[in-house]
Amino acid sequence: MSKTKYDRQLRIWGEVGQAALEEASICLLNCGPTGSEALKNLVLGGVGSITIVDGSKVELGDLGNNFMVDERSVGQSKAKSTCAFLQELNDSVKAKFVEESPDTLIMTSPSFFSQFTLVIATQLVEDSMVKLDRICREADVKVVFVRSYGLVGLVRVSVQEHTIIDSKPDHFLDDLRLNNPWPELNSFVETIDLNVSDHVAHKHIPYVVILVKMADEWTKSHSGNLPSTREEKKEFKDFVKSKMISMDEDNYKEAIEAAFKVFAPRGISSEIQQICNDSCAEPSSSSSDFWVMVAALKEFVSNEGDGEAPLEGSIPDMTSSTEHYINLQKIFLAKAEADFLVMEKRVKNILKRIDRDPSSISKPTIKSFCKNARKLKVCRYRTVEDEFSNPSVTEIQKCLADEDYSGAMGFYVLLRAVDRFTANYNKFPGQFDGGMDEDISRLKTTALSLLADLGCNGSVLPDDLINEMCRFGASELHVVAAFVGGIASQEVIKLVTKQFVRCWGLTSSMALITSLSY
Amino acid sequence: MADLDVPQSKTRDLDKLLLRAGNLVGPDFYPGAELRDDIRDYVRVLVVGAGGLGCELLKDLALSGFRNLDVIDMDRIEVTNLNRQFLFRLEDVGKPKAEVAAKRVMERVSGVEIVPHFSRIEDKELDFYNDFNIIALGLDSIEARRYINGVACGFLEYDEDDTPRRETIKPMVDGGTEGFKGHARVIVPGVTPLKFPLCTLAETPRNAAHCIEYAHLIKWHEVHGGKSFDPDEPEHMKWVYDEAIKRAELFGIPGVTYSLTQGVVKNIIPAIASTNAIISAACALETLKIVSGCSKTLANYLTYNGGEGLHTKVTEFVRDQDCLVCGPGILIELDTSITLQKFIDMLEEHPKLLLSKASVKHGKDSLYMQAPPVLEEMHRPNLSKPLYDLMGRVQKDTVHVFGTALKNEEKQSSLTKLRVVFKGADGVTDMDTAIGA
Repeated sequence: MSKTKYDRQLRIWGEVGQAALEEASICLLNCGPTGSEALKNLVLGGVGSITIVDGSKVELGDLGNNFMVDERSVGQSKAKSTCAFLQELNDSVKAKFVEESPDTLIMTSPSFFSQFTLVIATQLVEDSMVKLDRICREADVKVVFVRSYGLVGLVRVSVQEHTIIDSKPDHFLDDLRLNNPWPELNSFVETIDLNVSDHVAHKHIPYVVILVKMADEWTKSHSGNLPSTREEKKEFKDFVKSKMISMDEDNYKEAIEAAFKVFAPRGISSEIQQICNDSCAEPSSSSSDFWVMVAALKEFVSNEGDGEAPLEGSIPDMTSSTEHYINLQKIFLAKAEADFLVMEKRVKNILKRIDRDPSSISKPTIKSFCKNARKLKVCRYRTVEDEFSNPSVTEIQKCLADEDYSGAMGFYVLLRAVDRFTANYNKFPGQFDGGMDEDISRLKTTALSLLADLGCNGSVLPDDLINEMCRFGASELHVVAAFVGGIASQEVIKLVTKQFVRCWGLTSSMALITSLSY
Repeated sequence: MADLDVPQSKTRDLDKLLLRAGNLVGPDFYPGAELRDDIRDYVRVLVVGAGGLGCELLKDLALSGFRNLDVIDMDRIEVTNLNRQFLFRLEDVGKPKAEVAAKRVMERVSGVEIVPHFSRIEDKELDFYNDFNIIALGLDSIEARRYINGVACGFLEYDEDDTPRRETIKPMVDGGTEGFKGHARVIVPGVTPLKFPLCTLAETPRNAAHCIEYAHLIKWHEVHGGKSFDPDEPEHMKWVYDEAIKRAELFGIPGVTYSLTQGVVKNIIPAIASTNAIISAACALETLKIVSGCSKTLANYLTYNGGEGLHTKVTEFVRDQDCLVCGPGILIELDTSITLQKFIDMLEEHPKLLLSKASVKHGKDSLYMQAPPVLEEMHRPNLSKPLYDLMGRVQKDTVHVFGTALKNEEKQSSLTKLRVVFKGADGVTDMDTAIGA
């Protein structure tokens, strides 16, 4: 039954991803709407276990923004009410709660956090964030910080290193090697005559064959080089077009459209090169499976691969006779299999060298690695402490001055400013209806001093933004909480399943800010 | 840190947005308790769809100060809904979605009134839709979107300059999700899906999906003649699966599984809770902003692509002046003697319409209805009467026609607005053609 229940999500992250989710234990700090909405999505998805930490009692005002509590729960433990509701959503999930303030746990029982796969830390102020981050880094526990403040949301992932094999990018070029065909592909292509007289056969020759043949002809008459200049590329396309005998030949139209694949540079991308050159790619006894396989990849590329990664193995759909297509598929699969076997051998050898059991990395894992070798991703996040003490000054200044980003960046600065404000005045600016003008001017001063600390003395924060921040008055609106909680839960899923691209570039220094105030 | 002087408000957080003045707000924002109370007491929102998005929308709207909600959905709850449609439990399987969703939200959020409608959207009178201030869409079909789009745009009235009158504009907020991706937008027409060309299926299949669609679209009709394929009938699905396997084996094509068969035939869209949550929240927030002006609204379109990191892109989407649905309407010139039957026949031939089996409505009056049978019989006498008479003998006016249109080789339900102008209807009789002068 559970298989049917999860059908719609299995189609996204597969059984392997689902298994990873079901093994994960998640801790939630603070179960206001932000935290509970994030957790709700994970419970529905079948996460292994959840532990809610919150010491507060349900207030009347909570009834206006929190779906997990109702009139009967007013005065009771918020953690208890939330836990009960979430348990109802999915009885396969083990749900617990701890009636304690997260700050107290952070201060007095740091070891509490070691038992979890991941902590979702919501609505924490700066100081608490820094402390929790330190604790979790030490214990190798992943953290996702989430904040919802008026119409502003923030999501900040903090993980030492997150490696992804099955990154499943939305758009990625197929691995056809039109610019670098291997012997078996060439042999197959040679068996097909482009100038076949039968019209039906002529228009059912797959474009892969057409382009490999034409590229070969071209290089023979151009000292072994593929088209590189704009004129040459146009000439090549015209050359392909000249082989069309009628306007309805879809295979030739596809060939012309796919011609750019012939011009693409050979070999591995700079991103994969970077990963191969990473210091972690030097295998040692403490290397993770990922890095052992990267070490094998590095060897492969320099040897059997001749500059290329293992062949991915699949081919896209294309106009073709069934026979040609199936044969082409077989050739691609055969090479992918051959490359995999070489990689498997290399992985085993490396494992032996570092005194590990050579069969400790499974065949399916290595196969998946080979298939995804061109799409690997490594994400390293700096600590929150580092972000605060070594701000990316140029990035901040640039964004504050840019029309498109100044709003979001302005709110990032203000979010930190309100935390400082609270440390000084024991309340958030605009939290209460009285004294708004005073709060606005105080917040402005605080923000300016923060900007100075960030090294951005010249930058300006528009007054409208400061006013708006005070207007928000630390409110936690349900829709904003649901929005940012939704985003956070997706990030958790990606971190736990180790699928899908999770970050922007190799290092991520800042949080994601969404401002729903356009 | 509670402020002890002020009694606690249930809408503690929302109050900050609605009761306080601000500078980054909409042009017609009048903050105050009255605004909050007016939204609560008077604004009516219709949520179309009680599935993944609908459930989230109802919760989000109920917790954003809206108290008068309606929800319409024709489906019953299935097990595969439970991974994200959080208002439903295992014991609810088989019950109407709209009814269970309404009940659950009303149980948890006291004071909210949600009227469920277990019906198809086409079965509601146009007036039903006119009673709402905003329509929020949580749909999974392009057809349904197109229909509602047609309905809302049908309420538009134009002034002399052919610009729509503001009070007749019915804002719609539309959300859609698939896997990690989604969009939220404010009044925009839909997009058409891709289909496989039939010749690939028949002659040169290359992958598992081709084999499945061959069995589903071609072989089924060859073997089962007039019997229509029912994707919810397990025997039908098994038949397609078996045939697909046979064909795949014949061509040496791997990959046909029962799961894939279901996916291809039912056009199953992968779905998860988090994306629905994100998009619904964005839609609900836009609804609140449109109604209150408490902050600036989306300049039409927000796209979310969670798989690649995260990008919210707010894009301006310009209205197509020639839009058949929301423009001033296609001009049709008619003779005063044309009967309603002739008019309906003409619609089928009209190159821009190609509308068959049309029902016709003039303002609040139905002139003719193809269905249900009892209404068809009632309106049948109108068919032989001149349209000019049925429309009250005005020189020109708007009518709405609803039927099946053929667009891009696809049949779709279509609701279109027409501007009918009668020639020779200015009172002067043409003496030359008058009979028996």
